This record gives sequence, C-alpha cells and structure tokens, in this order.
Amino acid sequence: MSEEANMPLWEVFIRPRVGLHHKHVGSLHAADSTMALQAARDVYTRREEGDSIWVVASKDIYASDPSQAAENFDPASDKVYRHPSFYDIPDEVGHM
Amino acid sequence: MSITIRNALLHSVVQIADDHLILGHRLSEWCGHAPMLEEDLSMPNMALDLIGTARTLYSYAAELEGKNRTEDDFAYLRTDREYQNCLLVERPNTDFAHTMLKQLYFSAFMKPFWDAMHHSSDATLQALSHKAVKEIAYHIRHSGEWVVRLGDGTDESSARMSAAVSALHPYTDELFETDAQRLHCIEQGVLPELGEIKLQWSQTIDTVFTQAKLHRPNIGFPQTGGRQGLHTEDFGMLLAQLQYLPRSYPGATW
Repeated sequence: MSEEANMPLWEVFIRPRVGLHHKHVGSLHAADSTMALQAARDVYTRREEGDSIWVVASKDIYASDPSQAAENFDPASDKVYRHPSFYDIPDEVGHM
Repeated sequence: MSITIRNALLHSVVQIADDHLILGHRLSEWCGHAPMLEEDLSMPNMALDLIGTARTLYSYAAELEGKNRTEDDFAYLRTDREYQNCLLVERPNTDFAHTMLKQLYFSAFMKPFWDAMHHSSDATLQALSHKAVKEIAYHIRHSGEWVVRLGDGTDESSARMSAAVSALHPYTDELFETDAQRLHCIEQGVLPELGEIKLQWSQTIDTVFTQAKLHRPNIGFPQTGGRQGLHTEDFGMLLAQLQYLPRSYPGATW
C-alpha cells in the first residue's frame, strides 16, 4: 500500500467560537477521520484557536479549475449593481 | 495537618510527581523524531501536560516539606535512589508501539485516579485533579486509538504491538502498589483506594485490547522496585540527560 493510501490528506476547519463559521486552517495526514480529528486538535488548537473541529478528506473536495478562472469570475467584475450599495439607508436602521 | 499525615502525603505526592516527570521526559525524547509531523506535535503536547502536573505536585511537595526547596530541586537535583517513579514510566521508548502502549497503561490508571481525587480531603490535590483529568482523558483516547490501529493493523504493526505488550505488561502491577505511607493517606481520605481504580484500569485495557485484537497476558513475575528507588539500568541514562543542564549550569534560566 502506498503512503498516500495509508495516510491520506485531510482538510481541517476550525470554529473560533459559537456563532462563527468553521474556517479552513490547513491540512494534515491521518489514517482515518478519528485520527484526523485528534491530529487536528494537536496541530491546530494548541493556542486556543477554537471550540469545534471539522475534517474533510481532501479527495472529497472538488475544486474549480484555475485555468477557467477568467470565464468563471471575470464576468462579475462589471456588474457593480449587484452590490447592495445603491440604497439610502434610514438612520433608524443603524449599522447593517 | 498532623506531622504524620504531612510526611505521608509528601512521600506520596513525590511518587506521583516522579511518575509524571519521568513519563513526560520519555515522551519529550520523541520531539523532532516522531514518525510523522502530526505525532511530533502530539507527543510533546502530552509531555507538556504531564510535566505541568509534575511541576504543580513538586511545588506542593516543597511546601509540605517546608525546607525552602523548589520544584526544580525535586525535579533535577536528586540522586537516582531518591526518585520513586514506577518502573513502567522509565522504560525506554523502543518504538512507537511501546511508546503508545506505555502511555495507555499509565493514562488508564491516572484517569480513574484523578476522578476519585475530586473527593480528596486535600484542597490542593482536589483542585489539581479537575485540570489533570481532562488532559489524561485525551491521552487515553489518543494512545488507545493508536494501540487499536497498530494491534489490528499490518503484520509488522501487530507484531510490534504484541512485542510491546509482552515487554511492558509485567510492569503494570506496580501502578497499584501501596506502601505504609500511601496507606495512611488513603485512610485519611487524602488519596483514593486503588481497588476500584484497578477495576476501571482493567476495563479500559480490555476494551482497547479487544478492538486491537491483542491478548492480555498473565503476569508471572511482576517487575517492581521503583517506588523504593530501585530502578532499571536505563534510568541512569535518562537522569543524565534530564539533569545535565541544571547540574552543569546551576541556577540557569531562560
């Protein structure tokens, strides 16, 4: 069995505290999800970075193709009207 | 606190502190040498937990003794016969299987010990137990999962784990040893009875060994002596490394 098959790569997501989102913090190698969670705890929460951990097998993440970045994302650049920044917000509403 | 109980407690606190310091030192030997980066962080993490507990206990011992000694005097400036750790914790790391099994044996003992210490009549030890029990619970999980995966893994990993069981299991009886002073602390409600703790230790080990497809051997000749300061040959080398700096540069600080 190859090294990669024994110890596949996992992506690690940490939630800093209740109410916030889990955020990608890095990756690590582990035999399975249980060991990946323990390794994530040891590698990424040593300085009280969070109170919840997700791990996802890297092979299960499907990514957009960097060579298609132009056709994917550039068409949005001239459509500023999609930003909700053309409204007068009444003072009573306060911060949005 | 009467003088008798204070001396008995001092004696027992040093024993528990020595277990933590020596096992913590053994774990720290892996730092920079672990089989993978993840474990290179994990083992020193556990080592720091153990050495942190040792520090609290040595400071308390120094206070009980009342002779102006410090935690460092206890940790670094005693001779080999004065250390009273059980032999299990000083056994060499040998390989990753030995290291994880040693960790499991010790943690499976300390978890019910600290649980019981929540009811200790000694306020300092009771307070420490609440911090230590969380750390040790994780150590059981981490070492236990590895024992399962190595025991029920490849031909080589299971052979190594079985070899570790044969080598280390005879050292586990000493965890449950009590001397006259320990007994006095138990009678006074300062330290817990070890009977119930042994039952819980056995349950933890049996659960892990069943999953790991490991056989728990009968102990023909228990290896003991550490509590009386009679150590194995490897202990001299460990102490030489542990004490080198404070003995060569007395009073050195960061």
